[in-house]
Amino acid sequence: MPIRPADLLHPTPAGLYCPPGDFFVDPVRGVERAVVTHGHSDHARPGHAKALATPETLAIMASRMGAGHAKKAQAVAYGECISINGVDVTLVPAGHVLGSAQVVIEWKGLRIVVSGDYKRAHDPTCATFEPVKADVFVTEATFALPVFRHPHAAEEIAKLMTSLKRFPERTHLVGAYSLGKAQRVIKLIRETGYDEPIFIHGALKALCELYEAHGVALGDLRPATINDKARAAKNDFAGKIVVGPPSAFSDTWARRFADPLSSFASGWMRIRQRAKQRGVELPLVISDHADWDELIATIREVDPQEVWITHGRDDALARWSELNGYAAKPLALVGYEDEGD
Amino acid sequence: MAGGEENCNLMRAFANLIERLILTPQRNGKLRLMQAYFRETPDPDRGYALAALTGSLDFRHAKPGLVRALVEERVDPLLFRLSYDYVGDLSETVSLIWPAPEHGPANDPDPPLGEVVGQLDAATRATLPSIVAGMLDRLDETGRWAFLKLITGGLRIGVSARLAKTALAGLGDVPLSDIEEIWHGQKLPYEALFDWVLGEGPRPQNDDPAPFRPVMLAQPLGDTDLETLNADDFAAEWKWDGIRVQAVGATDSQDRPVRRLYSRTGDDISGAFPDILEALDFDGAIDGELLVVREGAVQPFNSLQQRLNRKTVTGKMLKAFPAHIRAYDLLVAGDEDLRALPFAERRKRLEHFIGQIESDRIDLSPDVPFNDWDALAAARADPASAGAAHDADAVEGVMLKRHDSTYEAGRPKGPWFKWKRDPFNVDAVLMYAQRGHGKRSSLYSDYTFGVWRESEDGPELVPVGKAYSGFTDEELKRLDKFVRDHTVDRFGPVRAVRADAETGLVLEVAFEGLNESTRHKSGIAMRFPRIARIRWDKPTREADTLDNLVRLLPQRKTGVTQAG
Repeated sequence: MPIRPADLLHPTPAGLYCPPGDFFVDPVRGVERAVVTHGHSDHARPGHAKALATPETLAIMASRMGAGHAKKAQAVAYGECISINGVDVTLVPAGHVLGSAQVVIEWKGLRIVVSGDYKRAHDPTCATFEPVKADVFVTEATFALPVFRHPHAAEEIAKLMTSLKRFPERTHLVGAYSLGKAQRVIKLIRETGYDEPIFIHGALKALCELYEAHGVALGDLRPATINDKARAAKNDFAGKIVVGPPSAFSDTWARRFADPLSSFASGWMRIRQRAKQRGVELPLVISDHADWDELIATIREVDPQEVWITHGRDDALARWSELNGYAAKPLALVGYEDEGD
Repeated sequence: MAGGEENCNLMRAFANLIERLILTPQRNGKLRLMQAYFRETPDPDRGYALAALTGSLDFRHAKPGLVRALVEERVDPLLFRLSYDYVGDLSETVSLIWPAPEHGPANDPDPPLGEVVGQLDAATRATLPSIVAGMLDRLDETGRWAFLKLITGGLRIGVSARLAKTALAGLGDVPLSDIEEIWHGQKLPYEALFDWVLGEGPRPQNDDPAPFRPVMLAQPLGDTDLETLNADDFAAEWKWDGIRVQAVGATDSQDRPVRRLYSRTGDDISGAFPDILEALDFDGAIDGELLVVREGAVQPFNSLQQRLNRKTVTGKMLKAFPAHIRAYDLLVAGDEDLRALPFAERRKRLEHFIGQIESDRIDLSPDVPFNDWDALAAARADPASAGAAHDADAVEGVMLKRHDSTYEAGRPKGPWFKWKRDPFNVDAVLMYAQRGHGKRSSLYSDYTFGVWRESEDGPELVPVGKAYSGFTDEELKRLDKFVRDHTVDRFGPVRAVRADAETGLVLEVAFEGLNESTRHKSGIAMRFPRIARIRWDKPTREADTLDNLVRLLPQRKTGVTQAG
């Protein structure tokens, strides 16, 4: 009897489970054996007996959760095929953040690819997504509405640089999530030739150092703190770029800066009303998730028999799949928020 | 961004202006943006921009339905609907979802705003779809968004017509009321107006024989205001629950009659009120309240609503909902401008003026006599006994006007106050919540609430209204969380919330009145419901009953014999 995809992988309350391999992919609670696609907190959680991921992802997990996040951590490099209870597992770059991987699961001639979170756009801080042909493609759908079409990140950064020139009296506060987005934004700013110090919120320090240690040069980064000496010298960051987690900007922390201009780098900034709602004056549409065009181009390349949709706008992507001849199934997984965007 | 290296007359510059306006929260920031644009942009394009910002552009055939039809030819309708539901704004949804034209990106240069307006103006119903589609193919995303906002009317970018006129006034040193005074006589693209404001030309004449005069508004009466005010200085009259209008009659240079009805913002609404126009057989300008009056009795506000927001009107509606003006003030009589006279004087002139009008569609809003504030408070609490008689339900409160007040445009502090009646309150139970639109598209911010009634299976909740205001941003977040945590069912953007005798949330709802309604299961419709308080503490079973609410319904009007 031919095996059905659900025999190899199916959703459970703890996350996607592979019965023959006896492992979970990105489980939402501690399990015996977890394969982790990337370091964002909704995918990488503590408390597993065994956690398997790329060396970069394990380093990120150790940095964020402490070395004891799992009893045993197993590093697997991109492209290295290992066998878990007879099921072949390979990690392939997903292009989402440093270390992010798709999980290719093969057993008895059936191949399922779990994308994790991914994007196709250029990102100088991580390995580029590699499409893998599959029988079942398990995709995310964070931005799966045809209104989400991310512009080129470099054009968005150019808006920031233009604004910096036009408003030299204002501190440009750029909100960017601390893992991935912040480093990408800083790297993109460097690629415009800007070599002045960039000031960062304390929450970004460890991860920026980790990226540096993995060969992503971010230039001169300094803490965005004001001491009495700086205050006396009226050094209040006017005309400077300050990068921090978005949550910090609604905090009193942000009030120390000169006439702050609030910017936010996120795929959600595509919707003006969202930007307005958050009080963002300079929205930067920069996302670490695939936009609508990337999602459908990827499904076409992977060319699966079935598309399974993990989280996000599953209704729209399922509709598109249906219209284009792919059997689609929303998995309605819970517990995955959009920390990374 | 506008300015600098770009050509400021182009559609792109206008699009960038309105995008920045929507994202700039401060009023002064908005004024600066508009003024920079007006300075940098040449005629006629800045005039078209001003028209767009003041809501003075009207492309008759360009309706949201046309835009939807165009997009649904290109995008799967279900995907479009899902997107629209998420984004909450038609222009933004279409501008984002619009597919690149098949023959590749257009090479046409970005058109000047004036050219866009010109093309739309020249369009007929038949040619418009291809003009709109061609423009959407030609523009980039921001351009498409601005273009769609422009043609479907109402930019809704947080800039009122008044703010745009304030920006214009600030370009030079001109009082806003001067701009409002001549505004309605100006023709697109307002070249003479810009010249005057910038000190490069004379004040343009308003050669409209029946122009709009900027309206004088009252301040709400504060809690402690009466302590400092002297009752002898004021006259009082009812605040009628209709819409404020200005009715103008005049003759043009060829001695032909010109008659106009304006809304309080100066929109010409004559087209929908031929019955009123017929009555404007005078030479003057009356400030008053537009009401529906049948057989001498003021009808509930929802009767008037049948007549509002229409360009034309049917004979049937004229008969069913006869319009009426209850006059408050007289601004002009013959050639004489009365606005600089004290109110007491204008009031005498008004009484005389109304007496001369033959039509019974215009009458005088009566004086409310009082000796001291306590007497006025009593009248406000019980208008029926204080002279309003069978029209008491149409009284929203009282107006206080200083005897010596001249008629000043705007909302000056001190001369006029409005003292509204206390609203009704009811404790209701949250039943459904819907995601808001626009700014609130990610929050469950529209709440349907119900009250108890007896059924065969015991008490059940029946919906009585919907409210989406009256709470702070913090409360909104808490309400949103409550909805998400207590969802029992979902229908598109609507969630049903758990609401039974044990669990649920009580909302204290304030409202201005009740009407009978055949459209609602409960048989009643609330006017201006809003959340007065969120009763996190109150058990749902202690919420009000439908019987309590029905007692508040206005009694059937005296004077109305047979309907229809």
